[in-house]
Amino acid sequence: MILRNSLLFLLLIAFAAIIISLFSTNYSEAEQLGIVAKHYAENAKAEVGAPNLVSAVVVTYRGLDTLGEVVILFLTAAIIGFMLKSKHSVNNSDKRIKGSEILETAANALVPIIILFGSYIFINGHLSPGGGFQGGAVIASAFVLLVMAKANAKLSHKIISFTESVSGFSFVIIGVLGIILAAGFLDNTFLPLGKYGSIISAGAIPIIYIFIGLKVGSELTSIVNNLKESQNIEI
Amino acid sequence: MIFSLVNISLIIGILLVLAGIWAAITQKNIIKIIIGFSLFDTGIHIIMVALGYVKNNTAPILDSENLRTGTADKIVDPIPQALVLTAIVIGLGVTALMLVYALKMYREKKSLNINSFKDLKW
Repeated sequence: MILRNSLLFLLLIAFAAIIISLFSTNYSEAEQLGIVAKHYAENAKAEVGAPNLVSAVVVTYRGLDTLGEVVILFLTAAIIGFMLKSKHSVNNSDKRIKGSEILETAANALVPIIILFGSYIFINGHLSPGGGFQGGAVIASAFVLLVMAKANAKLSHKIISFTESVSGFSFVIIGVLGIILAAGFLDNTFLPLGKYGSIISAGAIPIIYIFIGLKVGSELTSIVNNLKESQNIEI
Repeated sequence: MIFSLVNISLIIGILLVLAGIWAAITQKNIIKIIIGFSLFDTGIHIIMVALGYVKNNTAPILDSENLRTGTADKIVDPIPQALVLTAIVIGLGVTALMLVYALKMYREKKSLNINSFKDLKW
């Protein structure tokens, strides 16, 4: 066993040496952008109207990838919900250890602020670093804090899945509106582009990011909620 | 030889990928295997962002007037950053899924050792 492990270790070291010498020490930074990135850099202002080029790429130029990504996240959340589903819903909340005084007070004070901060991140996603995914993750972290601090807090599955399905559905509807009213699927120019750099601008990007943020936030919350509710089931 | 920032990032990324592979193929504990996959993920993200770097350029966010003219010569590549942005969230979801599988397997056999799962081995 030790022989096998050390052989494997040597193999990995050799592999590392080969790749690093091939790839890193001779590699120098690119001097200029590639063709596609150059097109995005030069035309995004006129075509999309979002100062944050990463958002322009994520939501508009490669919007279909983002839709697929949201679907993957939905599938993982759905599979987790399916696998952790308890046949008999046990309600032995008395067994659970109560959160400490400090944690509970901090949760009361911080949860609204964290949710506000998450909303700020996804509403400003087309202007500054941020976007739907990050904002959604921040919102989910508020619910993690809530679940940890309050032993008896129950998050409603109905509200979570309602938010999730409505925002996912609206995302696709906005994509289809792009086909009908503008050039193609998820084209954001069916709404006016507005003043470059102001909060109501860039066509449909802020709206799409709000829906992505709500969807990611509710999906991550449902994962945490499912994991938390399954911990009391007898194993 | 003096390494530039990109070379250091690439080396760290490759080492993380190798550490992830090593953990995934040698460890017996399922949780450690999942940590290995997570490291692998992170290493790939670092490599991708490092490959999108363009010398002396800044982030692709056009928040000042200076950046709005001749943009293509002043920013780094936004595409790898966009890919990594979505990949991080997918990685989080897939890690959660793997942990739930580990939980189910533990409930089945009361063990996290990969050697005690021989059901599909023949």
